[in-house]
Formats: sequence, C-alpha cells, structure tokens
Amino acid sequence: MALTPSYRSRLGYHSGLLGGIAFLASMALTISNIETHQAIEMAMAADKKVFLEQVVPSNLYDNELLQDTLTISLDGNEKEAITMYIARKEQQIVAVAYETSSEGYAGKINLIMGVNRQGEILGVRVLSHAETPGLGDKIEVAKADWILKFNGLSLNNPNETGWHVKKDGGQFDQFTGATITPRAVVKAVKQGLDFFAVHQADIVKAPLPPEPETKAQ
Amino acid sequence: MAIDYKLITKEGLWSNNTVFAQQLALCPALAVTTTATNGLGMGLATTIVLIITNVLISMFRGVVTQEVRIPVFVLLIATAVTVIDMVMNAFLHDLYKVLGLFIPLIVTNCVILGRAESYASRHPILPSIVDGVMMGLGFTFALVLLGACREILGSGTLFANASLFLGNAFAFLELTVIPNYKGYLIMILPPGGFLVLGFLMAGKRLIDNRSKSKMAIPINAVST
Repeated sequence: MALTPSYRSRLGYHSGLLGGIAFLASMALTISNIETHQAIEMAMAADKKVFLEQVVPSNLYDNELLQDTLTISLDGNEKEAITMYIARKEQQIVAVAYETSSEGYAGKINLIMGVNRQGEILGVRVLSHAETPGLGDKIEVAKADWILKFNGLSLNNPNETGWHVKKDGGQFDQFTGATITPRAVVKAVKQGLDFFAVHQADIVKAPLPPEPETKAQ
Repeated sequence: MAIDYKLITKEGLWSNNTVFAQQLALCPALAVTTTATNGLGMGLATTIVLIITNVLISMFRGVVTQEVRIPVFVLLIATAVTVIDMVMNAFLHDLYKVLGLFIPLIVTNCVILGRAESYASRHPILPSIVDGVMMGLGFTFALVLLGACREILGSGTLFANASLFLGNAFAFLELTVIPNYKGYLIMILPPGGFLVLGFLMAGKRLIDNRSKSKMAIPINAVST
C-alpha cells in the first residue's frame, strides 16, 4: 500500500469526502427519479388496468371505465381525494371501482376494489405492497386465493365483528406467521365499504362524463 | 499482486459462505426462506446488488479514508439499492413484480456492507466483481437449500410458485414431494428457520472435518 498523503488526515478532507459522496448520491437519486418516474407511472397504470378488469368483470358494463371517473375528497381534504371508476351499462351505473389502503407490516398496502350498486364487493386486488415474501405476500391473487374470499360480501354481511381476522374474533383467516398483513387488508376493505356507504347517494347519481346530463333517479 | 480467482470462488461458494460460514444476513435469510422459490428470488436479487455495490466501492477505494469509510459505504449502498429499485420498476416491470419485494430487504443486508468492508475496498474492480458473483451465488445456494428443507418439511412441496417467478417453462420445478402432507407448521415459522439453519451449519462442519481428516492422512504418511 502506498503511503497516504498527509492532506488525507485533515478533518476537511473527511468532511469534504463525505459531503462529496452525499452530493453524488443525491445527484444519482434525482437523475434516476426524473428518468424513471414516467415509466413507473405508466407501468402502474397498466397494472391498474389489468386489476380493474379483475375487480369489475367486463361483461357488466359497456362504457370506458378509465375515462368515466368521479373524484370524492375525503372529509373536505382536497389532497386526499379518491377517484371512482364508474361502470355503466346503458348509462345506468352498475358498479364502481376505487382504491383503498392501510398500513401493513412494511409500509402501505394499496388495494383496488370493485363494488356494485347495492354495495356488494365484486372483487379486491392488491395493487402494491412491501410485505415479507413467503409470509405476508399471500394477499396477492397470484400466490393464494385468500383475497377472493371478499367477493360477494358487504357491510352487513358479515356483521361488524365479522370484519376482522379470526384472531380478533372475525371470519377472515390470518396467515401463519403473518397476522398484521391480513388484518390490514381486512381493515382497508372495511374502510372502503364504509366510504362507499357514506357516499353511495352521490355515487349512484354521478354525471355522465361527455354530456354532463344527470340521470333522474 | 496475483489474484487467485479459484480461491475467491471457493471462498464465496463454500468455505467462507455468507450464511453457513460468515453467518451474515441471517435476518432476511430466515424471513424469506419459507419456500425454495423465495430463497432463489432473494439470492438472485442480492447477487445483482452485491456485484454493483462491489464495483462502486472498489472504484472509490482510492479516495476513501479509514475514518469515514463506513458512512461512505452505507451511502453508496443505499443509493445503489434505491436506484436499482427505481430502474427495475420502470424498465423491467415484470421482473420487478417478482423481485421487487426482496429489494427493500437488501438495504438491511449486512452481506453487502461486509463484502464492501472486507473485500471490495481493498481490491481492484475485476476481482471485486468476481467476489460479488461468487458470494452472491453462495448466498443463493444457501438460501435455496434452506428454503427447500423448510418447504419440504413444512408443507411437503418444493419450488411452489416457481412458474410465477421464472415463467411457465419452469412449472416442472413445482413438485409435491409428500402428497396429502399436513406439514410441520413450525418449519415455516421463524423457529423452524433457526432449526434448519443449525442443522445445515452442523452438516457443513461435518463435511469440512471429513475432508480435512482425509487430507491429513497422506501428510502423516509422508512424515512418518
């Protein structure tokens, strides 16, 4: 090893080095964020489209789901708005799909759920999550059919206590080694249904997108 | 200074194996190895990251001083992992859907920092790449073995869901080793991970001791 030059032992060199590397690191992160965020968004949108078709069967509607939307803000908070994708057959609203989320074991679990006019779940799918592989990832439909158990349920079926995992006295199975994850999903779906119930009146008379013509109910 | 690539290979794959010998990265290793497929996923994702971080660390080895090396390495590794996460999500989205879950776990993986500290910061780029590949493959081997044992004992299958990960061409890997098997639940749970790891480590020592005593015989024969 060559002898280290004396300037390397100065404090300034150390802080300069650390600062320089930190600067390079932030540059790298900024550049890759700029370069990738569009592609990531496009990929997410494509994923969402696939999952939309799974939570609202395409034979139920005849309109353009992605264009026919209604935005509802949460508790008057403009930033936290939920976009409803509205499915219509012959201009009659048959179902809506929207996103819901809750905190899982490792960050947010984002779900998309389809609910018909009467408030019954047509389907729930996981859009994104970061749960532990092998333990918490059974919420993905590709890995287990656990999430299909929500189909056909509604706010009153099961009752309030039923909307929990079995460990908490409810009717949903938890996973071996992972209780937090299914608990979070059940909570998110329940919240999604509560949200639908609160806004049901607004949702079922959402205006048509091209001709803003309110349908008489 | 001649680099002994054979030695790097041997160390990475067996004698200095990250899990069985160095006993590093046990937290992510035990958490994900409920199936052999997950072990493979975690192992491959770690290998990719390890090669890239080894190159980075090796590149900066000339300017980094002893005193600030750890924060510099941590910064470089965290940046590399985050960039890989974003790039994979953007341009290799299908692969990301499979491996993406493992990448956040890699940031906390001490194999990466361990190799940076003990190898890449002292060696040129090419040997560091070879070290990354071999240590990564050794890690993958250990995780697949650990996952396979736990999966067979715990649920009676092998490489379940492999087709999701490798494509439908690899569906033949999905075996049901023991049909109608109730399974030892404990093997899937964390204690099972420690148990299986303990037995595998003991197994490795046993093999090492055997080969040592075999080698010892001819030497004795010569000396007497």
